[in-house]
Amino acid sequence: MAQHGDSNTASGTAVKVSRAPESPGTGVVQSDIPQNPGFPPHNPRMTDLDPNKEKRAERQVAILFFLSIIGSIFALAAYIAYPIIPGDFGSIRTNNLLLGLGITLGLLGIGLGAVHWAKQLMREDESVELRHGTRGTPETREKAVEVFELGNAESGFGRRTLIRNSMIGALVLTPVPAIALFRDLAPMADPVKLLQHTMWKKGTRLTHDPTGIPIKASDVTLGSAFHVIPEGLLQRTDMLEQKAKAAVLLMRLLPQDLHVTKGRETWNYNGIIAYSKICTHVGCPVALYEQDTHHLLCPCHQSQFDITHEAKVIFGPARRPLPQLPITVDSEGYLVAQSDFHEPVGPDFWERET
Amino acid sequence: MAKSASQDPLTKGRVRKQGRRSPLASIALILIGLVATGGVYALFTTSANASTTAASSALTTEGSKLFQANCATCHGMNLEGTKVAPSLIGVGAASVDFQVSTGRMPAAASGPQEEQKPSQFTAQQTQALYTFVASKAPGPGIPSKEYLGGNDNAAQGALLFRTNCAMCHNVAGAGGALTEGKFAPALTGVKAKTIYEAMETGPQNMPVFNDKNLTPMQKADVITYLKYLDNNPSPGGLDLGNLGPVSEGLFLWIFGLGTIVGVTIWLTAKAN
Repeated sequence: MAQHGDSNTASGTAVKVSRAPESPGTGVVQSDIPQNPGFPPHNPRMTDLDPNKEKRAERQVAILFFLSIIGSIFALAAYIAYPIIPGDFGSIRTNNLLLGLGITLGLLGIGLGAVHWAKQLMREDESVELRHGTRGTPETREKAVEVFELGNAESGFGRRTLIRNSMIGALVLTPVPAIALFRDLAPMADPVKLLQHTMWKKGTRLTHDPTGIPIKASDVTLGSAFHVIPEGLLQRTDMLEQKAKAAVLLMRLLPQDLHVTKGRETWNYNGIIAYSKICTHVGCPVALYEQDTHHLLCPCHQSQFDITHEAKVIFGPARRPLPQLPITVDSEGYLVAQSDFHEPVGPDFWERET
Repeated sequence: MAKSASQDPLTKGRVRKQGRRSPLASIALILIGLVATGGVYALFTTSANASTTAASSALTTEGSKLFQANCATCHGMNLEGTKVAPSLIGVGAASVDFQVSTGRMPAAASGPQEEQKPSQFTAQQTQALYTFVASKAPGPGIPSKEYLGGNDNAAQGALLFRTNCAMCHNVAGAGGALTEGKFAPALTGVKAKTIYEAMETGPQNMPVFNDKNLTPMQKADVITYLKYLDNNPSPGGLDLGNLGPVSEGLFLWIFGLGTIVGVTIWLTAKAN
């Protein structure tokens, strides 16, 4: 077994293997330990043997460097000859393509030329360069200690303890403002509260995304899917943050197709139902609605939700059904929310209760 | 301003009425005018109707024959539907035109979804079929040409497309996968009329986008965006089918990593 322990001595590496002496009782005499083979024999290259080949390699390297020069000049010329015309996407493409080709040629020419030079013309036989010790002479070591002691004596660092300690105190406290600055990167309010509530509240009208026009219950015909944002979202300064939580998908099914659980009987309006569009897995917008099978598919990780069974998860990594938004109509026939969602929307987080 | 302007003729009229004309004269005049215009209008429209009904009844008869021969097995003799196919009562001309002109109907075989294939009917036969189905019950009609020009607001169309369509059809209209073998087809090179009809009728598993959800003008904008994509080259160069990470990743795995492996081998190989 000891042989296997030594088998990392790969051929070609000049590592001297030292082993502990075997104890006479259990030692197995090893007769076939692999020996360090040292360097392989040096094979001269064609360029070493044939002066014509050497000349040719030299020309090849020079050509590669010239190609690099041409590439760089080409990039500059193309940038001037094919300028970017504002509003013309085709011109951006031509400009970027030619500029990129030129710069690529410029860089590749240098790289390929350098490698070709090293491989074909530079000295290529392996050699061993021994490292020298890094410890200084006793004189330099003494001198260094002397310098430190002199500094201490001249500055009084060790003697004037008041100055020294107050300086250490000042240095320790300088990073403290950074803590306050970095704390500012976190949300101002309690993030748990932000995650638990959305913009929806009693009486908020359901409006079209992206126009913000309110939706009447009579507009939502069977088989329709409406992408919904709360009324007033477009006027908010934190529009995107709010939309990321409040986006809703509105659908209409035959009321007899819905399997409504106890306590949710009044959450739909004549078969019109609204569900959060934010996937409970990692928060992608779930909006691939199949109106025939009534399945909702999340495009990111293929979670599937059954809309007839209150968005129950029927496939994929999502763990919880999509939260339902209780809706009704107001006196003018517009769809409104009865309240906020009854549970936090989107993926799990530490402080989520269910 | 408008109020004061309308008040002037009124007061003038009153002055006149108090003059020589009988109070009943104006009423009589209005009556005569109404009867005359109404009569003339009725005369013209009835004559126009007569010719169109004649034409459409011939179409309906032809459509009825085609329906009995090609569709009635599954959809029922009176469009009532059977276990294997839905009722066609009230689906409208738009739905029939979409299904028949793209070859999705008559269906070739039952599968996860009906796929596009060469149309089985001529344009005239298709027209006969949808006229017949539309004559049974009202439904969404053939879209008006004014919305199919593809020269409306492409930016607004892109916004609407991203919200309503892109999750299934891909942001560049390249199509995408759905559940259990179903898929949203690519929208590149699709006729404007077909796109409009699909939005309006929601074929198969596609949701319906009625005129309250996407107004005809908004549908025209969506069509404009899709036509813009058809007619303009991808500004980023090779689009690799616009499939996103799948095709781009595959390209990089094969060509990008292949290049890196090749260069590495060349770098470490000994010259000979």
